[in-house]
Amino acid sequence: MTDKQATLDRRDVVSRILAGREDALVITGLGSATWDTAAAGDNPLNFYLWGGMGGAAVMGLGLALAQPDRRVLVITGDGEMMMGLGTLATIAVAAPSNLAVMVIDNERYGETGMQEGHTGAGVDLGGMAAAAGWRKTTIAWTEEEVNALAPILFKEPGPIFATVKVNRDPVPLVLPARDGTAIRARFRAALLGEKAAE
Amino acid sequence: MNEVDAAIAWPDEIYGVLKDMDVSQVCYVPDAGHKILIERSIADNQMTTVRLTTEEEGVAMLAGSWLGGAKGALLMQSSGVGNCINMVGINQECRIPLLMLVTMRGEWGEFNPWQTTMGQGTQDALESVGVIVHRLDDATQTADTIRAAARQAFLSYRPVAVLIGQRMIGYKEFAK
Ligand SMILES: Cc1ncc(C[n+]2csc(CCOP(=O)(O)OP(=O)(O)O)c2C)c(N)n1
Ligand SMILES: [Mg+2]
Repeated sequence: MTDKQATLDRRDVVSRILAGREDALVITGLGSATWDTAAAGDNPLNFYLWGGMGGAAVMGLGLALAQPDRRVLVITGDGEMMMGLGTLATIAVAAPSNLAVMVIDNERYGETGMQEGHTGAGVDLGGMAAAAGWRKTTIAWTEEEVNALAPILFKEPGPIFATVKVNRDPVPLVLPARDGTAIRARFRAALLGEKAAE
Repeated sequence: MNEVDAAIAWPDEIYGVLKDMDVSQVCYVPDAGHKILIERSIADNQMTTVRLTTEEEGVAMLAGSWLGGAKGALLMQSSGVGNCINMVGINQECRIPLLMLVTMRGEWGEFNPWQTTMGQGTQDALESVGVIVHRLDDATQTADTIRAAARQAFLSYRPVAVLIGQRMIGYKEFAK
């Protein structure tokens, strides 16, 4: 749709962003975003979704409301976000200042075989978030823009919606833990300490 | 509480149990049956209320809340239950609690035929993905039933739904 070429490498983008996370809590949307985050380095404060398509951003909302003093970053795909469009409105109205969502936008359903997605046909996810009332929306096409993104995602008042346009080069498969009970037990223990057992 | 008082006070009873069980997040798709409970939750400064565009948002949202150490309840009517089914996979695979309070339509003197399909399928749909279902048809049993459901959800790490019978809510009368 657009004339601009997406040249960014998704793995490089996610690693660069997560290098600045400090103690941020990270939720990843099913499929490639989960693999990208695992490839950037495992962390007990990563919650990897392997399902629940459409739910990543709003899961971030619940976590952000429960942990107002921590930054929450949701990393997800354009297809996953497209399934939860209503959550753009719900999150805008709830207006958590500590939530950021980063969409890795390859304009494709990569995980299911690279079928074209709506963003490739011109649908503007960030524009929809802006229209819903997110405090900040931004888009990155270049390395400089990605470097500028980390401090925004982790420091600026949210809710923040960032789109990163990435290329479609194949990347090696890197899978994190798959057992949901193990992922959530580890996450809760790292975040809540002894209270996790309650 | 006698039956007449109970029939009026059940939303307040639910509210009291939620407070008692430390529920601090309430999310909902607006619903006539839950009108009073929604209003009480919004009026309570200790509670965070979130209005949803569709019910499955609440399933995912409250999973995030619980990861962050907060307990929540999801309020909806039976027509919204089907929307939630795939999202409940998060609760099942991760053993994350979920408390759903569902007001029933399409089951007792229903005027709107379009409520019948989902209303009649509600319990089966929930049970098909392993949600534990309690029925609440007698208003005098409100506090006990909600408490039992909340305990099972939060202490046993399970998705639990309470189906609040249409008989208890009364049928919706359209303008005559
Ligand atoms: C409810 C539901 N519908 C469909 C699928 C199949 N599915 C798995 S991942 C995915 C979307 C992948 O697209 P995107 O989020 O853009 O990720 P990427 O392109 O980075 O792989 C789909 C449709 C699913 N898992 N769940
Ligand atoms: Mg994609």
